[in-house]
Amino acid sequence: MVTETKPRSLVIVQLSGGNDALNTVIPYGDGLYYDWRKEVRIEQDRVLKINNQLGLNPALKSIKNLWDHEKVAVINGVGYPEPNRSHFRSIDIWNTGESVGIGDSGWLGRALREIDPNGENPIAGVNFGKGLPRALSCRGVPVASVSDLENYGLFPDIQGERSRDLTLSAFSQIYGSAMAHDNVAQFIGQTGIDALKGADILRTAPAQYSSAIEYANNPIAQSMKSIAQVLTADIGTRVFYTQHGSFDTHAAELETHTRLWTETSDAIADFMEDMKEHNLEDDVLVLVWSEFGRRIKDNSAGTDHGSGGTAFVIGGTVNGGLYGEYPSLKESDHLEGDLHFNNDFRSIYSTIAERWLEVDPAIVSNGNYEQHEFISPLTSN
Amino acid sequence: MPESQIELIAHLARRAGFGATREELEEYGKIGYEGTVDKLLETSSPQWMSEYLIRRYHPDESSMLAGLSGLEAWLYRMITTDAPLLEKMTLFWHGIFATGYPKVLNAKPLSDQIRMFKKYAMGDFRDLLVEMARDPAMIIWLDNQQNHKDSINENFGRELLELFSMGVGNYTEDDVKECARAFTGWTIGNCEYMELRSARDSDWPYGRISWHYEFDAQDHDDGEKEFLGRKGNFNGEDIVEIICEQEATARFIARHIYHFFVADEPPVPQWPYQPPRDPEAINQIVQAYFDSNYDIKSVMKFVFNSDFFKSEDCWYEKVKSPAELVTGVMRLTESVDRPQYEHSSRQLRMQYMGQTLSNPPSVEGWDGGTTWIDTGALVERMNFASEELGKLETPGSKELFSKIAFEGNGEVEADRIIDICLKHLGTINVKDDTRSKLVDYASENGVIRVIDQEIDDVGKEKIAGVVKLIASTPEFQRA
Repeated sequence: MVTETKPRSLVIVQLSGGNDALNTVIPYGDGLYYDWRKEVRIEQDRVLKINNQLGLNPALKSIKNLWDHEKVAVINGVGYPEPNRSHFRSIDIWNTGESVGIGDSGWLGRALREIDPNGENPIAGVNFGKGLPRALSCRGVPVASVSDLENYGLFPDIQGERSRDLTLSAFSQIYGSAMAHDNVAQFIGQTGIDALKGADILRTAPAQYSSAIEYANNPIAQSMKSIAQVLTADIGTRVFYTQHGSFDTHAAELETHTRLWTETSDAIADFMEDMKEHNLEDDVLVLVWSEFGRRIKDNSAGTDHGSGGTAFVIGGTVNGGLYGEYPSLKESDHLEGDLHFNNDFRSIYSTIAERWLEVDPAIVSNGNYEQHEFISPLTSN
Repeated sequence: MPESQIELIAHLARRAGFGATREELEEYGKIGYEGTVDKLLETSSPQWMSEYLIRRYHPDESSMLAGLSGLEAWLYRMITTDAPLLEKMTLFWHGIFATGYPKVLNAKPLSDQIRMFKKYAMGDFRDLLVEMARDPAMIIWLDNQQNHKDSINENFGRELLELFSMGVGNYTEDDVKECARAFTGWTIGNCEYMELRSARDSDWPYGRISWHYEFDAQDHDDGEKEFLGRKGNFNGEDIVEIICEQEATARFIARHIYHFFVADEPPVPQWPYQPPRDPEAINQIVQAYFDSNYDIKSVMKFVFNSDFFKSEDCWYEKVKSPAELVTGVMRLTESVDRPQYEHSSRQLRMQYMGQTLSNPPSVEGWDGGTTWIDTGALVERMNFASEELGKLETPGSKELFSKIAFEGNGEVEADRIIDICLKHLGTINVKDDTRSKLVDYASENGVIRVIDQEIDDVGKEKIAGVVKLIASTPEFQRA
C-alpha cells in the first residue's frame, strides 16, 4: 500500500441558525412527517429519494449527485444529551465539544495544536468570515480569520503599493524589535510577526489559482472559492472554516430554506469539482453541521428551535451512505416535541480526528466516543 | 507643567479611564495629579445626554430578545462620558460578577444589571454585594431561584464565596451550604410564569415581561446557621456583613483591583498558586479597605495616589481589553457626540477582537492580559485602531493637522512629526527602538511641508500614515 504524502485538509461548513433537519433529509415514507408538517413540508413527488423511506430536499440536488457517486455520508440524529435550544449556547457546545461545563478551547484548535504543536505555520487554520469561531481557538495556536482574501491583512485601507509596503516594512521592524523587550512585548511581537507572515502567504494564493469552475456570486460560493484558492496554493493550511445562514427559519421557511440549501449545495458541489480538477478530491473532507434542528411540528410558515440534527460528511474517499438512526417521529419518542438524538456529535469529531487528521481523538473530541465508519480506519503500511 | 507630570497623568487617564486627548491632559495638568484623581472620583457630574434620550436612539435597549442594543448604548456611554472612571468601575465589576446571555437568555435584565453596577460601583462594598445577590440576571445565572428552604441549590452560595469575595481555599464546604441556606427565598417573583412562557414559545420566550426580585419569606430558611465560625439565624445580608469582615475578602478584592487597574496578574484560577506581583501593594490596598469601612471610592483614591500605582514599573503593564481599545480609539477621534448607527458595527468589531460584553466566556469572566492577543484578534485590533484614527476628517485628525501646521512654514522634521503624533494620541511613551523606526518611516515617507499655515492633502495623508503606524504598535495594545 502506498502511503498518502499529501496533507489532508478538513473544511467545515456551519449552517448557522439551526437547520431544519426534517426538511433536509426527509422521511417521505413516514406518514407521520406529513401529519406533523401541515404546511412546511416537501411533497413526496418532489423529494430526491435515497431509499424507500428517506430522500433529500430538492434544493440539495447537487449534493444528491455527489451522493449518487457515493461521496456523501449522511449522519442522522446528531446531538448531545440535554439539548440546549439557545443558538449561542448550542454553537458553543459544538465548537468546544463541552456540553456540561463551559469549554475553554475549540475542537479544531486542539486538533491544530496536535498537528503543529509549536505553532510554526501561522495559517494552519483559516476561517473565512468575520471574527474567529470558538472552534478554532486554542492557546498558542495561530489561526487567521479572513473576510476578504484579496484584501486580507494589515492596513487593508492603505491605498498605493508603495505606501503599503513602507508601512508593512516599518510594522515588521517594530514588531521584530519588540522581541527584545519584556515578556508581554515579546508575545505581542511574535503574534504580530505571525499575523504578517500569515497575511503575506495567504495573499499569494489567489494569483496562483486557476480553475474552470465558476462559483456563483453568493457568500457561501465565494467562501468555498477562497478555500479552494488557499487549498490549491499548497501553503500548509489544514483546517478551513466557513458558515452560511441564517437557517433560523421561524417564518417563510420554504423560500429561505430552499435558497440557502441551493446555494450551499451548489457551492459544495462546485468546490468538489474544483478539487477533482486539481487532483485533490481524495485529500479533502467537508463537514456540514448546524447547532440544532427544529421542532417536529411546524408553526404554519416556519419552525421553532428544536434538537436533533443532520450532518453531512463529503469527500472523495468517504464511505457514502447513511449513518446513525433516523429519529422516530412517533409522539412517544419525542424529546419535548423534538427529534431525539441518537448519536453524539463528538463521534463525528472523534472519527475525523483519528481517521482523517491522524491526531488523538480523545483530545479533539473531549472524551471517548464511538467512531463512525464513514472513513475507513487507517491501515498501517 | 513639566512633561513628566503630563505623562504621569496620561498613565492615570489610561487606567482610571480610557486614555485622554492631549487637550484633556493639559486641562488635568492645571489641577495637578491629585486634583485629577479627585476629579475622576467625582462621578456625580451630569452628562449632557440623559438615559431617556439615549433610549430614543436605542429603542430596543430594553428588548427581551437580544442584548445588542443595550451593549451599543453602553459603548456610546463609555465613549462620551465625562466620568470615565465610573464606566471603568462598571466594567471592572462586570468582569468579576460576570453574567452572560447564553444562560440568562433575556436581554433586559442584563442591561439592568449593568445599570445596577454603575449605581453601586463606587459605594459601600456590602451594598454592592447585596444588590448583586438580588439582581434577577444573577439569580438566573447562578440558579438561586432553585435555592429552596427544603432543598438548597449551592450554586450562588458557592460562587459568592469563591468568585465574588473570598477566593478558593478560605472557607469549608459546610460554609458553602450554610451560605446557600441564608440565601434561600432570594428569588424571582414571577418565576413560574416565565418558565411557562419560555416552554411555550421558543421564538419569543419571555414576551415583554422581565423578571423581578422577590424575597419569599415562606421559602427562606430562618434556622440557625454556622458560617465562618459565627452562629446566628443569618439572612443574606448577615452573610454579606460577615464576608466583608474577612481578611480573605479584602485580599481577593485587592488583587482584583490591582489586576484591573495597576498591572496584569495571572488569570484568577492561578492565584492560589502564584503570589501577587507586588505583595506589599496588596497589603496596602487591604489596609485601605478596612480603614475606609469597605468604601470602594476611598480604596480607589488610595490606589491612584499610591507610589506603587504611580511607579513607572507598572506603566503599560496591562494589555487593553477590546472594550478599552475600542472606547479609547473612539474617544481620541472626538467624532462621537451622539448615538450613531455605526456603534452597532463598532460593537461587532469588539466581538471580533474577542470580547462581547454581557457574554463572558465563563462564570470567571475574562482572563485578561495576554489572553486578549492572538493573530486574528491582533489583526482586528490594529486594523480597527488604524482605520478610525487614520481618518482625515475627524475632529481629532483636524486638531493634529493644525498642531503640525503650527510648527511654522517650511518642512517639518520627521522627528518632530513623531513627537507631535505621539503626544496627540494620548501622550504615549514608546520604546526607543520603536520610536527610531517610526522616525525612519516618517522620513522615508517623504517630507511634510507647511505652506501658509496649511498642510496639503498629500501631507495630511502622510501624517495619517504615521498615525496608523503608531496605532498598530505593540505599545498601543497596552495601557
